Amino acid sequence: MAGTLNFSPDDRYNAFITTCREAPFGDGALAGVAIAVKDNISTAGIRTTCASRILEGYVPPYDAHVVELLRREGAAIVGKTNMDEFGMGSTTETSAFGPTQNPVDPSRVPGGSSGGSAAAVAAGLVPMALGTDTGGSIRCPAAFCGIVGFKPTYGRVSRYGLIAYANSLEQIGPMARTVEDVSRLMSVIARYDPRDSTMLDRPYDHQPSANISGLQVGVPEEYFGEGVDERVAENVRDAIGILEDLGATTVPVSIPGMRYALAAYYVICTSEASSNLARFDGVRYGPAVDTRKTWHEAYQDLRQANFGAEVRRRIMLGTFTLSAGYTGRYYAKAQVARRNIARDFERAFCDVDIIAGPTMPTVAFRLGEKNDPLSLYLADILTAPANLAGIPAISVPCGRVDGLPVGLQLMGRQFEDERVIDTAFAYEQEVRA
Amino acid sequence: MKTIIGLEIHVQVSTATKLFCGCSTDYQDDAPNTHCCPVCLGLPGALPRLNKKAVEYGLRVAKALDMRVLEESEFARKNYFYPDLAKAYQITQHDKPLAVEGTVEIEDDEGHEKIIRITRVHLEEDPGRLVHVTGASKYSLVDYNRSGIPLLEIVTEPDMRSPQEARRFLNKLRTVLEYLGVFDGDREGGLRVDANISLEGSERVEVKNISSYKGVEKALTFEVTRQRNLLRRGQKVARETRHFMEGRGITTSARGKEEEHDYRYFPDPDLRPLRVAERVAEIDLPELPTARKNRFMEQYGVSLNHARTLTGDPKLADFYEEVAHIDPALAATWVADTLLGELNYRDMGIAAVPPGHIAELLELLKAGTITDRAGVQVLREMLDACVEGRPCEKPTAIVKREKLGRAAGDEFTSIVQAVISANPQAVEDYRSGKEGALNFLVGQVMKETRGRADPRELRRIVSESIKMGGV
Repeated sequence: MAGTLNFSPDDRYNAFITTCREAPFGDGALAGVAIAVKDNISTAGIRTTCASRILEGYVPPYDAHVVELLRREGAAIVGKTNMDEFGMGSTTETSAFGPTQNPVDPSRVPGGSSGGSAAAVAAGLVPMALGTDTGGSIRCPAAFCGIVGFKPTYGRVSRYGLIAYANSLEQIGPMARTVEDVSRLMSVIARYDPRDSTMLDRPYDHQPSANISGLQVGVPEEYFGEGVDERVAENVRDAIGILEDLGATTVPVSIPGMRYALAAYYVICTSEASSNLARFDGVRYGPAVDTRKTWHEAYQDLRQANFGAEVRRRIMLGTFTLSAGYTGRYYAKAQVARRNIARDFERAFCDVDIIAGPTMPTVAFRLGEKNDPLSLYLADILTAPANLAGIPAISVPCGRVDGLPVGLQLMGRQFEDERVIDTAFAYEQEVRA
Repeated sequence: MKTIIGLEIHVQVSTATKLFCGCSTDYQDDAPNTHCCPVCLGLPGALPRLNKKAVEYGLRVAKALDMRVLEESEFARKNYFYPDLAKAYQITQHDKPLAVEGTVEIEDDEGHEKIIRITRVHLEEDPGRLVHVTGASKYSLVDYNRSGIPLLEIVTEPDMRSPQEARRFLNKLRTVLEYLGVFDGDREGGLRVDANISLEGSERVEVKNISSYKGVEKALTFEVTRQRNLLRRGQKVARETRHFMEGRGITTSARGKEEEHDYRYFPDPDLRPLRVAERVAEIDLPELPTARKNRFMEQYGVSLNHARTLTGDPKLADFYEEVAHIDPALAATWVADTLLGELNYRDMGIAAVPPGHIAELLELLKAGTITDRAGVQVLREMLDACVEGRPCEKPTAIVKREKLGRAAGDEFTSIVQAVISANPQAVEDYRSGKEGALNFLVGQVMKETRGRADPRELRRIVSESIKMGGV
């Protein structure tokens, strides 16, 4: 039965950039379910900002493929969630619309870049939300806010309509309080779309199963090494112990290429971003260019004034790494490192079905705590490898440290998203019971 | 001083839709920004989807030019800021083009066969177009109808030695493209050329933006003269990019701006690598210009020059083949010389002429029903009607209406007698052995009879009449 959902949330954590007070919905698998969508996913008729001033006033004339699918299944799109500007961050503090607070502890960041989606779910404003994950942007806020967040295999969900940050790494994925809801949302959004050439026709039609007996779980030493909070590691080890109790066997594995993962990740994502974000020039949408200046000057001034500092930093980095004379030293090498990491995972997956470790090295930071970019970049160390390898990865809550949630990260083989979901489901069912 | 020329040709391939979206390419007569979608407008989040037909056309060209198609080719982003470039990058091919190492056969300046090597061909999208509004100096307008139009870039080795050779190469290339059905030569701006030219031992100059193949010879001829004059005066040729001013026929310096670009090429992560090498075998090529020219000479016995003219345009060659059965030699002369001349004079294309009409005309000529001269008159009547949009009358009807049927000699006896009586001096001259006088008298009769008589037959009649009159 189609209708209109009235949505007027108490958004005390600043989870939303835009809310739709009267959200229409239809019939289908998600009839009348309120869904929040990250604000880098195009929604026809609803402004889409990427949390940036440079898109001010931009209302997409078309729906992203995932939004089409949500509407087709009857979902009510109730709002667009806050994020780090263009997805560049892990705290949701770089948003032009102010930071989002962590509902578990408002003095903490919700993680990022899909912090608004995570906070909206964690605060109970919506049961499900869409996030996007380029280097951990779904899993990090899921871990920090104590919810479930899933990054699908690269090529499983259409990117059509997702405003690109780093095309070769990012995927849209579901976020919810339970694995079951994540799986439910996944079965709606993972549908073939010929408009995304990097996609494969592998729809997700799956009911989670808690039977994981005989599952081989790899535990990489690199995921418990330097920089990982010992108490976080302890929680995760306990969680892996529960998987063993459920019939899984654990095996030590190694991803030696991890040493270069962050360097490769930041070279690739900034390179792609520098090209993707070049189109924001004030000619077709966003704040208009000043036509009294020469066009070159006008572009420069508009971009300087309307991109935030972190975005400008990454554009500069990416422009540099693609420059003549440097591209061989940086971009080409990053691609080699990326292939090596993908191979490391493939090798590990010859012996194991699932790789388990912490999602984040620490619990949620305090708002404003991380103000040097490098230490923030380091926080992506455990999530970015899955993006480099294109494999599915989930973060599922596994206890708390100092009252703050910890995330268990489970990764699987390419296109074995179902197995990752099942493992998370089995764990969740066990600890909930 | 040897002239060294290499060309980069951008050809608009004639697909129905754009290179990466479903928008129609047929925008010539439409209002600005009416053939656009999120993809070709570069709206945030839109993704490119490669047009299969464009790839097939590219492969056809690669096969026709005898090229090697790469096992894996790749689309790259060429990054630069410009208001007509919707995404601030152009999707093109850089390190891994569609195909490499081809050849095109032309004639050199001495008429000998010559091979021009083709370096590479690749696919890329056209940017939009800036429209400068007269009177409004503060802004320009952008039309994105052209944004995403598929282009095939064809790059040659520096194998041409004169502007004339470059023109012949382009003519040949254009003909091949037309034969392949991948290019519409009538479309404005369908072929754009950048030319690299140097005099041996000197720096190379790139002339950009030559938008007609006729302009190429002009631009290059200008450059040869300019560069020669510089060297003659003891100056150096600067390595630079120059723009061709079509209207003035000159090139001007782009002041080094273009060379400063760093395009930061990298593989477009939105598109997968292209693996199409094995599809080349499946492509059936049509008969190409050289083969058709040779066949025309063999099958129809036409001269090399006629064969070359007739096969220089596939539509003209098709036309000839439709009327050749009447009399191949007669048809060759009439189509390649007379008809083509009359069409050029009227700036008409062969497509406007119904082959049946010309066949009928050829039948009349072959049967001797009309003279050559009357034939030309019929042709002109027909084409004039076409140009003015009047119904295209059949030759027999024109002959009947204009009374152009060949007249038998005795029909002219009175005219001949009148001309002889009116020109006693010429008659006298002829009698005293001046052959030229006869030509004059025959001409006078021709004039009076409006070309309806065969001049040879008239000559006989006039000559006999004078002799008889003398008895």
